[in-house]
Amino acid sequence: MSGIQARFKLDWPGFTLDVDLDLPARGITALFGHSGSGKTTLLRCIAGLERAPQGQLEVLGETWQDSRQWLPTHQRSLGYVFQEASLFPHLTVLGNLRYGLKRSSDAQRVSLDQAIELLGINHLLERKPDRLSGGERQRVGMARALALSPRLLLMDEPLAALDLKRKQEILPYLERLHAELEIPVLYVSHSPDEVARLADHIVVMEAGRVMASGPLTDTLARLDLPIQLGEDAGVVLDAVVAERDAAWHLARVAFPGGSLWVRDGGHAPGQAVRVRILARDVSIALQRTTHTSIQNCLSAVVDDIADDHHPALSLIRLKVGGSPVLARLTRRAAVGLGLLPGLPVWVQIKAVALVG
Amino acid sequence: MLLSSGDLQAIWLTVRLAGIVTLILLLFGTPLAWWLARSKAWWKGPLGAVVALPLVLPPSVLGFYLLLAMGPNGPVGQFTQTLGLGLLPFTFWGLVIASVFYSLPFMVQPLQTAFEAIGERPLEVAATLRASPLDAFFTVAVPLAMPGFLTASILTFAHTVGEFGVVLMIGGNLPGVTRVASVQIYDHVEAMEYMDAHRLSAVMLVFSFLVLLALYAWRPKPVRGA
Repeated sequence: MSGIQARFKLDWPGFTLDVDLDLPARGITALFGHSGSGKTTLLRCIAGLERAPQGQLEVLGETWQDSRQWLPTHQRSLGYVFQEASLFPHLTVLGNLRYGLKRSSDAQRVSLDQAIELLGINHLLERKPDRLSGGERQRVGMARALALSPRLLLMDEPLAALDLKRKQEILPYLERLHAELEIPVLYVSHSPDEVARLADHIVVMEAGRVMASGPLTDTLARLDLPIQLGEDAGVVLDAVVAERDAAWHLARVAFPGGSLWVRDGGHAPGQAVRVRILARDVSIALQRTTHTSIQNCLSAVVDDIADDHHPALSLIRLKVGGSPVLARLTRRAAVGLGLLPGLPVWVQIKAVALVG
Repeated sequence: MLLSSGDLQAIWLTVRLAGIVTLILLLFGTPLAWWLARSKAWWKGPLGAVVALPLVLPPSVLGFYLLLAMGPNGPVGQFTQTLGLGLLPFTFWGLVIASVFYSLPFMVQPLQTAFEAIGERPLEVAATLRASPLDAFFTVAVPLAMPGFLTASILTFAHTVGEFGVVLMIGGNLPGVTRVASVQIYDHVEAMEYMDAHRLSAVMLVFSFLVLLALYAWRPKPVRGA
């Protein structure tokens, strides 16, 4: 099994794209960065909508571009979801769904019915796109790409044009897609929430270059290159709901290395969830403190220590069992506690966010 | 009978000429408009200007050059002679060719505007849905530009019906061959047959009004983008 190897060099006035990526063949890979970082351009190069003169692209063992050939977009087995749904206004929803299906020669890994069901658009099939809400349109756009049964699904900020309510309406569908389908997804986003919620793998881009690429949890826990998803450094952990405490409206979620009490998000025991822990919400003690308001106290080992963006601050990576957690302390506190790699400590986690 | 058989013959010839010219221009004007709408070549500007020339040139100037080109010593004339087709001036097909040039901007410009309005995105979407460029043109660009096609066809037809100067230069005044309605009216006036001129003019007036009415009142609304 081979993944996606993408190497592109592109020189435009005022913008250079220079990437060399090796991406996994499964799960959602987020291309994360500010606008102008080149993430959409990279996606368009992969789709063949943009032509990088120097490039090499292999997708699951199939060559789409090298020095001798360049496959035009319509011959690439991909699905593309644009930022605005870009449905064909002269066709009904069903007409839109069938447009690609009729022309696709790919093996039917996803049936049209399955795509319709997965995105919950069964009641919209006879409508014209101008009779749909923004969220519905985007769901149709996703189903249209999915119904092609592509080898690779490309999504260019599919939620960026929607308001918060519509985003919340679509995210569960994306999570279902993630859980139920095997198709690898490249997901362009500048939204920390979407990345924390959906991504398995992250590629961080800046000024046309790749700053970091790797599994989400490991990459977010890097100290040499603290990747800030949003306002602060922090980690995202995959967890499973272990029990619910109805009396206190809390739920215990277990992850490799321990468990945490979080606000009950209504998830049933056994359901997979994600939690996000920001470095600023984590403090460190040498002994277990019992007289504290903080409920989540876990045994950990100091893994690494680095300077933070301000000279007064240190960023500490800890191992809680097999999972990394970041903590931000003042340097004085870190030195005062005598923190060194290998030292067993207790981490107190003040806030945990359930992200999906 | 209101109109004489000569008048009816002239009207039928006019309709036939305008219909054929519209069909020919749909065939050749469409790719030209497509290219003008999407190309980034430097000579797009000059070509666009050439296409627009008949809008500003006196028809007699256009007719004069076409007459020279299609005449016995002109390049087109020599070509048609080698093919054994004879010379085109003062024939129906000579008139067709001249009218194609004369009405060219009326087909190309509305189409170009319509194609430009579609933008790049729907075609990119079509490509990601496995449609080849030609496939995407017929299944996405043409349906989306349909209002443009209607406008362009109506304008081209109506403009060809209304031509006079080019007809006189290239076609002359041969009954059943090149004597179209506008020339017939001219003839009536020359012969002091004011009553006949009145009738045919009224027909032309009503026709032109109805065409424009269709264009403005009936015009299909552009499909809203989604």
